[in-house]
This record gives sequence, C-alpha cells and structure tokens, in this order.
Amino acid sequence: MKVIADLAAQLPGATVEQQGNTFLVAVPKEKLHDAASMLRHNSKLQFDYLNDIIGLDNGDTLGVIYVLVATQFSAYTIRLKTETDDRENPEIDTVVDLWDSADLYEREVYDFFGIRFVNNPDMRRLFLRQDWVGYPLRKDYDADPELNPIPHEAEDLDKMEDLPSLEIDLNGARLEKHRQLFEKEDYVVNFGPQHPSTHGALHLRIALEGEIVKKVDPNFGYIHRGIEKMCEADTYPQILHLIDRMDYLSATIHRHGFCLAVEKGLQLETPERAHYIRTIIDELTRIASHLLGWGCMCNDMGAITAFIYGMRDREKIMDIFEQTCGGRLMANYSVIGGVMADIHPDFQKKVRAFVPYMRKMLKEHHILFTGNPIARGRMEGVGYLSKEKAISLGATGPTGRASGWSNDVRKIAPYAAYRHAEFAEMLRTDGLTFDRYVIRLDEIEESLKIIEQLVDNIPGGAYAAKTKAIIKLPEGEFHQRVEGSHGEFDVYINSRGEKYPYRVKFRSPCMTLVNTLKHIAVGTKVADLIMLGGSLDYVIPCIDR
Amino acid sequence: MEVKNSYIRNMKHEDFKDNEYLDAYVKELRASGLNIAVAKLDDLINWGRSNSVWPLVFGTSCCAIEFMSLAAARYDFSRFGWEVTRNSPRQADLIICCGTIVHKMAPVLKRLYDQLAEPKYVMAFGSCTIGGGPFKKSYHVVMGVNEVIPVDVYVPGCPPRPDAMIYGMMQLARKIKMQDFFKLPKQPHPNLALQNESNTQDNAEKENGLLHEAGNDAVIEQKKGGAQ
Repeated sequence: MKVIADLAAQLPGATVEQQGNTFLVAVPKEKLHDAASMLRHNSKLQFDYLNDIIGLDNGDTLGVIYVLVATQFSAYTIRLKTETDDRENPEIDTVVDLWDSADLYEREVYDFFGIRFVNNPDMRRLFLRQDWVGYPLRKDYDADPELNPIPHEAEDLDKMEDLPSLEIDLNGARLEKHRQLFEKEDYVVNFGPQHPSTHGALHLRIALEGEIVKKVDPNFGYIHRGIEKMCEADTYPQILHLIDRMDYLSATIHRHGFCLAVEKGLQLETPERAHYIRTIIDELTRIASHLLGWGCMCNDMGAITAFIYGMRDREKIMDIFEQTCGGRLMANYSVIGGVMADIHPDFQKKVRAFVPYMRKMLKEHHILFTGNPIARGRMEGVGYLSKEKAISLGATGPTGRASGWSNDVRKIAPYAAYRHAEFAEMLRTDGLTFDRYVIRLDEIEESLKIIEQLVDNIPGGAYAAKTKAIIKLPEGEFHQRVEGSHGEFDVYINSRGEKYPYRVKFRSPCMTLVNTLKHIAVGTKVADLIMLGGSLDYVIPCIDR
Repeated sequence: MEVKNSYIRNMKHEDFKDNEYLDAYVKELRASGLNIAVAKLDDLINWGRSNSVWPLVFGTSCCAIEFMSLAAARYDFSRFGWEVTRNSPRQADLIICCGTIVHKMAPVLKRLYDQLAEPKYVMAFGSCTIGGGPFKKSYHVVMGVNEVIPVDVYVPGCPPRPDAMIYGMMQLARKIKMQDFFKLPKQPHPNLALQNESNTQDNAEKENGLLHEAGNDAVIEQKKGGAQ
C-alpha cells in the first residue's frame, strides 16, 4: 500500500520496514506522540483504530508496540515501536488523547512492565493489587511468594479511588498528581466481584445520581491468572491448553488463532482438510457462544425461558464436540499443523442434522423474545454507541458491527477455509442495545450458512501436517488476527529462535467491550446497566488472562 | 431399628465408590450406642437438609459455564433439590467454588465464607480450586481453595462434566446425612467474632476437632486449613 508506505516515511525520525501486510515503524520515544498524532489525524488516511498496545522487555530496554489499523484499509496494520533504556523510571508519552481504547491498554502495560505513561490521568495498576511488589512480565521479576503472599484483607477502596499520574506541562515542569476517582458527595455502589450478572469476576464501582448512572469504574484482576507470563516458560504445544481457558466461550477460535500464528512462523503447510474442519468447529463454537450470550442477556432482563432454550440448543453442539474432540467445553482440538484427531464418522451427519434444527429454533427464539413488546421496550433506544466511538474504543465483533463498523476479520483478512464459503457480514447502523441483540441471532444464521457450505466438501487427505518433536520458531515477530465470537482476537508472538516464546501477547476483545460499557452506561438507569453488559457479551477471564 | 445410615434416595449405595469408610463409620456409630429418639430426629432433620441444599455459586471462570449447563434442561439439577441458587451467602448452605481463585479474589471468597450461616459446606469444583490446575506455575493463582477456606467435597476435572458435579453433590448429601445435627458447631455471635480476632485460630482448631470426630476422608475430605 503506497499511501501507508508514504505516510510511514514522513513520520519524524522513523525507520520503516514492510513485512507482507504489516509496516514496522520504529520511532524514538521523544517523537512517539508526534508520530502517533500524525497517523491518527492524517488527512489522507486516518489510523483511527488502535488495535492493541504491547509491552516488551528487551533485556536492556523496555519497549512498547502500538498496533494501528486504518479502518479504510483494515487488512493492513502498522506496528509502531518505541523503547526506553531507563529501567528504573521508564516513561513514555501517553496516546490516551488520540484513542479512547488506550486508557486500559496503558494501564495494563504499567501493571506488567512498570512503564509510566506521561500525561495519562489514571496510572493505577489494572489487574494486580495496588500494593503488589514488582512488575511480573519483566524478565528480572522476582516471583518469590514471600514478597506477595495471599492477602487476608480485600483491597482498600480508598486506594482504588486515588488516581496517581505523572504530568509534564508545556513549560516542561514535572508534576506528580493525585486525583480522586469520585467526587465527595457521590453515592457509590459496588457491583461485583461476586454477582451473577457480571458475567464473571468483574467489579464495577458505580456512582449514582438517584437512579441514573453518573460514572462507572471497572476493576479487573479478580481472575488474573498470569497466562502471558506462564507462556514464556512453556513450549508452543504446551501453551495451547492455556488459550482454551482464557475465553472459554470461543476457545477453539482463539486456539486456532494461536496455531495459525505458529504455523506462519514455521511456514508450515496445513492440510486443506484441517482448514475445513477447524472452520466448521469454529463456527459451531460461535453459534454456541452466541446462544449462551443471547440466553444470558435475556436472563439478565428476567426471561429465564430464553436461557433454558439457549442452553438446550447449545447442548446439541456440545454433543458434536464431545464425539469428535472428546471434550465438551474445552474441545482441545486444534494443534500446531492441523487438528488433534480426525473427525468422527458421524460428524458430518450430525452437523447436517443440526443446521435445519437450529434454523427452526432460531425462528422460535425470534417469536419468543425478539418480538416481545416488553423486551423491545427495554432494548430500544438504550445504550447508543456511535460508529466513531466504537472505532475509537476498539469495540470489535458484533458490538462494533451493530454500530455499522465493518470489522469482520473473516472478511478483511480471510484465514483457514473462509475464502471458500460465501457469507455476508452482518451490519446494522443504529448501535443500540436492540441492534447488538439482533445481530447475534443474525450471525448464527450466517454461521449456519458457512457450515452448510463446508460440511459436504471436506477434502480428503491428512488431518494434520507432520511437525518436529520440538517446535522452534525462527527469530522474529508473528502476528495473527482471528474473529472470535466476542470480537477480534490477536496473537502476537515474539520469538528469539528458541522452543519457548520470548513474549506472547493476546489482544482481548472483551477488554475494549468493558471499556465501552464505561462510556455508554453513563446517563442510563442502573437497571439497564445489567442489560447493557449482557448486550456487549464480555467474558472476564479473557480480559484478565 | 437402624439409625444413622448413609443411604440417599437418588443413587444406590453400591453405585458409589469408596463406601468402606462410611460403612465402617456407621458400624462404629451404632456400636457406641445411640439414643434412638435423638438419632431418629437427627435422621429426619438431615433427610430434609440433604435434599434441599441451597448453593451460592461462586463462579469465576470456565467451570461456571459447566455449572450453567447443569442448571439448564439437559442435566436439570432441580431434580435433586439444589436449584435454589442464592446470590447472598446469608441465605445459602453451600459455596460451590467454580473456577480459579487468584490472590485478589481470595479475601473476597473468605469473607463470603464467613458470612455463610452454620452448618456450612464448601465444594471445590474443578482442578484450579483443588490445587491450581493448569495454572500451577502462575504468580497470582491460589493453589487450591483449601488454602483459604476448608473444603468438604472435591470434584476433579478441567472443567468437570455436569455428571461429575451431580456425583459430588450426592457425596455431599451423604456427608450431611451422617452428621450429628445437634452437635454441629454453632456460628459465633458476629460481635464476639469481631472482638476475638486473635481467637480465630483456636476456633478453627476446635472446628477441626469436631469434624475429626465425624471421621471423614478420601472424596469426602476433612475440613482442613481453617481460617487463615
């Protein structure tokens, strides 16, 4: 892409390198904000979607990588890199004024690497407790359990409300500031971490004015399991099972993404049969996930029947998984080079029977709930998310598509067998709760179409390519985007040529969704907050990793 | 006239694994002489308690989805009388711990356990709650909930199938049936508990002692760990 190449070349102090669809741009840290600002507000091509911020410990330096996408040409990405050699007090300029999604990403990098972002007004830790000692993803982190014993007391709420920040004003004066999260007269309600409607261990602190939500502050880390750190000590095949347990609802899709990234690095030809099988399994997972999301959202609104119906249909998919993969929820199916085992002889028959069954049930679901005047009354006109806001927040997946943002990775950068199937990308324009609700049911229909086209044409041959006993990835960076059921899931692998990865980063689609909740819930009634959360359909262990 | 038996309605005695220790315990109980009237009343109360356990589902991750499957039509746990899932610990008898417990969550779980009314039970559902599971090497995961609260029944699996959960719940029902309701530890008065922060260790030991008398092992684990 000439436009991008030209643009990248104009960046101050930048070195540019092209790798397929990716442009690697390195800038010195003093020029970072200027470069980011140029990319964001350029007149020719605006890089309006900040996909992810990746922290990196290079040994002597600490680096940050910004993954940027221009929604006009979504297939291309820029990886903007910068690094600082100060390990004691690393400081990098914030980009929170350019992209709304940078807020949580920068807090995450601070939490894991201790890099402070100058002028970011909220530099609390994101996952770990504020009193945690050390920065776990640094290579020299001291994992001694004596330093961080299991705490006896829950975290002090005052500590959570104090927002430290480092600001440098126009004259170059350094100011260590402390803001308060809430105003003194605010009425603050705790929601979670143990609550049936939080969809996992999410803790929201909500400031209320009567019944109206004034401010929402999400608090993560109640299920932070340190998967990214564990990956650094595991071989590539060992990492696979950890990925299943991050976002368990789109487990096979995310695992597929990781396998693709490793295969890209090994330049391994995966058999066509494996591509087809993986795609069908992915789409079945998507249907199961949407059914559960739909059921839970309706349950949050008080319709338990919908939940029971959704789970009933989901069991059919679980049966198919169990027969072929051996597991129900954790299918454990994709492996590097293909799939774990060949499909069961009854697989095709069962999937073929499932498609018309699901179509019939989908009609029933629409009659039961979509047309229900009470449900429509609650969902219509609530929780508006504009397209621009969705892009700026990085709210991918069905949520973004309900606001009219065409972000389906299966269309943008087709992988596996998606290029052999004809399907439409579901788009709606209104961006309301009702749209986010309907789009999930519509996507089930599209997934059924994909499955229908692929299941009869599974090519013969091997189901997995032969791999070496010890898989060593060549030196370099490998990035793979896949479309999970909640949004875009990205895998970033930094390899130094060993059998363990140097750094693995997963882009969690759900983190941006919770960030979205923070923005769209303001001004709605507190009773609608639960429903908004249901309509965004996030999974907390995916955020916390 | 037989008192104190471990039979429950839903599953045959022979179909359970590891029955020997329960049989031996029943024998011992009967041999040591029980007051028929009290024991019969005890049996009646325990029959009621074991068939209407109200759980608080502490669902943090993957296992919670399998618990939802259990709640839905296919596995339908309301057949066994456990469908009254409470969201407040003050109304529940049992904490079902579904999913990994991490450092940040541990004090929250402990607080909820303290708020449960006696007699209270804990079920560790899934590998993570038993001993860290696949996250054994992690810096932020509690290696088993028994480091925070005592556990009655362990259900292994990653995640366990809903059937495994039903088996675990039946084991708990048997455990409840064997207990001496009139001798169960009583919840201390909340004010008293606040004053005697330092005495919690003693209480835990006392509790351990009482349960030790009840002589449970293997799948029905002893309450161990106590208040941390």
